[in-house]
Amino acid sequence: MVHLTDTDTALLTNTKGPALALAMRIVVETAKILGAPKLIPVASAHIDGCLYHGDSGVYFAEHLVELGGAVCVPTTLNVGALDLIHPDLVKFDDHSQAMAKRQMQAYLALKCQASWTCAPYQIGHRPVLGQDIAWGESNAVVFANSVLGARTNRYGDLLDICLALVGRAPYAGLHVPENRHATLIIDITQISSALKSSESFYPVLGSWLGKNVGSNVAAIIGLDDTIPEDRIKALGAGAASTGAVGLLHIVGQTPEAPTLEAICSDIPSTSVLSPTMAEFKGVRDQLSKSSGNQLDCIALGSPHFSHFESVALLDALKGRKSQIPFYVCTNRFVLSKLEKDGRLASLTAAGIEIVVDTCIAVAPILQGNGGVMMTNSAKFAYYGPGNTGYKSVFGSLVDCAESAIAGQIIRDDRLWQT
Amino acid sequence: MISTKIIVPGQAEGVVLKLQAPLSFWGGVNPKTGVIIQVDHPDCGTSITNTILALPGLIGSSSSSAVLLELLYKEIAPKAILMAEVDAILALGDLVAKEMGYPTISILQTPIDPLVTGQTVVIDNQGHLKF
Repeated sequence: MVHLTDTDTALLTNTKGPALALAMRIVVETAKILGAPKLIPVASAHIDGCLYHGDSGVYFAEHLVELGGAVCVPTTLNVGALDLIHPDLVKFDDHSQAMAKRQMQAYLALKCQASWTCAPYQIGHRPVLGQDIAWGESNAVVFANSVLGARTNRYGDLLDICLALVGRAPYAGLHVPENRHATLIIDITQISSALKSSESFYPVLGSWLGKNVGSNVAAIIGLDDTIPEDRIKALGAGAASTGAVGLLHIVGQTPEAPTLEAICSDIPSTSVLSPTMAEFKGVRDQLSKSSGNQLDCIALGSPHFSHFESVALLDALKGRKSQIPFYVCTNRFVLSKLEKDGRLASLTAAGIEIVVDTCIAVAPILQGNGGVMMTNSAKFAYYGPGNTGYKSVFGSLVDCAESAIAGQIIRDDRLWQT
Repeated sequence: MISTKIIVPGQAEGVVLKLQAPLSFWGGVNPKTGVIIQVDHPDCGTSITNTILALPGLIGSSSSSAVLLELLYKEIAPKAILMAEVDAILALGDLVAKEMGYPTISILQTPIDPLVTGQTVVIDNQGHLKF
C-alpha cells in the first residue's frame, strides 16, 4: 500500500486540475509497482520525454498542456529531435519535422527550461548531496547520483514529466539511503597507471561496468588520481548504455564514498571483481563494429561536449582541417561560450559542424546511407549502428582528430597492449 | 500453470519469444516496425510485434517507455511482456497508453527460464500463465 498524504490525495481528486490528477494517477500506479510506501518531495527534474520517437509522445505532451499542466519544480529538458539553432542540419520528412517541433514546444508550454541537453549538470543544474530529485536520461541519472550525491531513480520518458508536474516521486530504489550502499567492489589496482590516466579508458571502464555489475551498486577502487568530471561523465554514459547502472561510487572521489568503509556496510562478504587488461581490451574491441581503415565521419559529444572538451579537441587538431564530415554535439550554452571566446571560428575552420539541442544518435543528421563513424563516446559507439546505420569505431579524442586529418582510421593501440 | 506477479494486468494468448539477451527498447527496437535493431543483439532482426515477449532484462535508455507507448499506439506492440525483474520503465508506456485510450498489454514479473520460444501461452487477468 502506498500511504498518501492529504496533499497527495487532493492532487488525485482533481483539486489542482486535471493535468495534475492525471500525473498523480501515473505516479501512484508507479509507486505501487515499485512497492514504495509513500511519495516524497523532489527538488528538481530533468525531462527526457521531449525527444520525438513517434506521434504518441507528442499527443501525450499536448494532452497535458490542454489539461492546463505546468511543472512545479525547476525542470531542465534533455535533447529534442531538432537543432533549433541550425534547423537545416536535421533531415526529417515533413511530418516528423513538424511533430518533433510540436513535442519540443509542448514541453516548453509545460514551463520546462529550454536547456535541450543530456548534460544538464554541466550547465548549472547541479542538485546537492542528499537531495531527492526526479531525473530522466540514463547518463544524467548516473552523474547526479554518483558525482553529485543527489538521489534519483532512472525515471523513464512519460513518468519524468508526471513527477515534475506533481513535484513528488515514489520513495523507492535509490531514494532510500540503504539501497545506495555498494554491493560489489571493482578493484582496478592492477591496471597500468598509463591507461588509467588516459581519457579513452573511462568509456571502456563504463561499458565493462554496464555489462558486468547487473543491478549491483559498484564501488570502484584502485584509481590513482582524481578523475576529471568529463571522464566520469563518459564512464557513466558507458555504464548506462551497456547496462542499467544508476549509481556507482569511486572510492576517494565521489561524495558518498570518501572511504570504502563509508559506502560498503559489509566489506568481508562483498564480492570483488578484478577485471584484467585483456577484459578491458575485449570491451574496447566490442565498441568497434568495423575493421579496416575506411572512415566516413567523426561524431563526438555523447553526452554533450563540454567547453573543456572542445578546447581539448582544438589542441588535438593543431590547426589542421578535417578531410571528412566531423560533428560535435553540444548544448547552446557551450556554443555561446565558444562563440564569445572565438573558438567556434577555429572549430568551423577545422571543418567541424556543431550540432546543438539534439545529437547525431537521436536525429537524422549523418549524410548518406551509412558507412563508418568514429567516436570517443561509448554511448555513440553503442547506439550508433542501430540508430544511424553507421558502423562505429571507438578511439581516443586524439585518435579521432588524427583520423579526421588522414581521412582514414588511425588508432594508437599502445596503451591497450596486454 | 505458473503464477506471476502482476505489474500491469491484462489477458493475452500468443506465442512466446524469449530473447537471448537483455534489451533496451530505445535504440534496440524500431518504433515504426517493432523489429529489434540493436546490431549485436542475438535476436537482431526479429519482430516483437504480437509476441508474448520474455525479457531477460531491460537495459540502457530510460526512453524505452516512450518506445513501448509508440508500439501500443501503432498497434504493433507485443501481446504481453514477461520480465524477471520489476522495472517501471516499460510499465510507464502501458500506464500512459491507458490514459490516452490506446490498447494496453499485460506486463508480468516471473522467472523466464521455464519459457521456450515458440510455445503457446494463455495469460489471464490474475496473472496466471497456462501452456
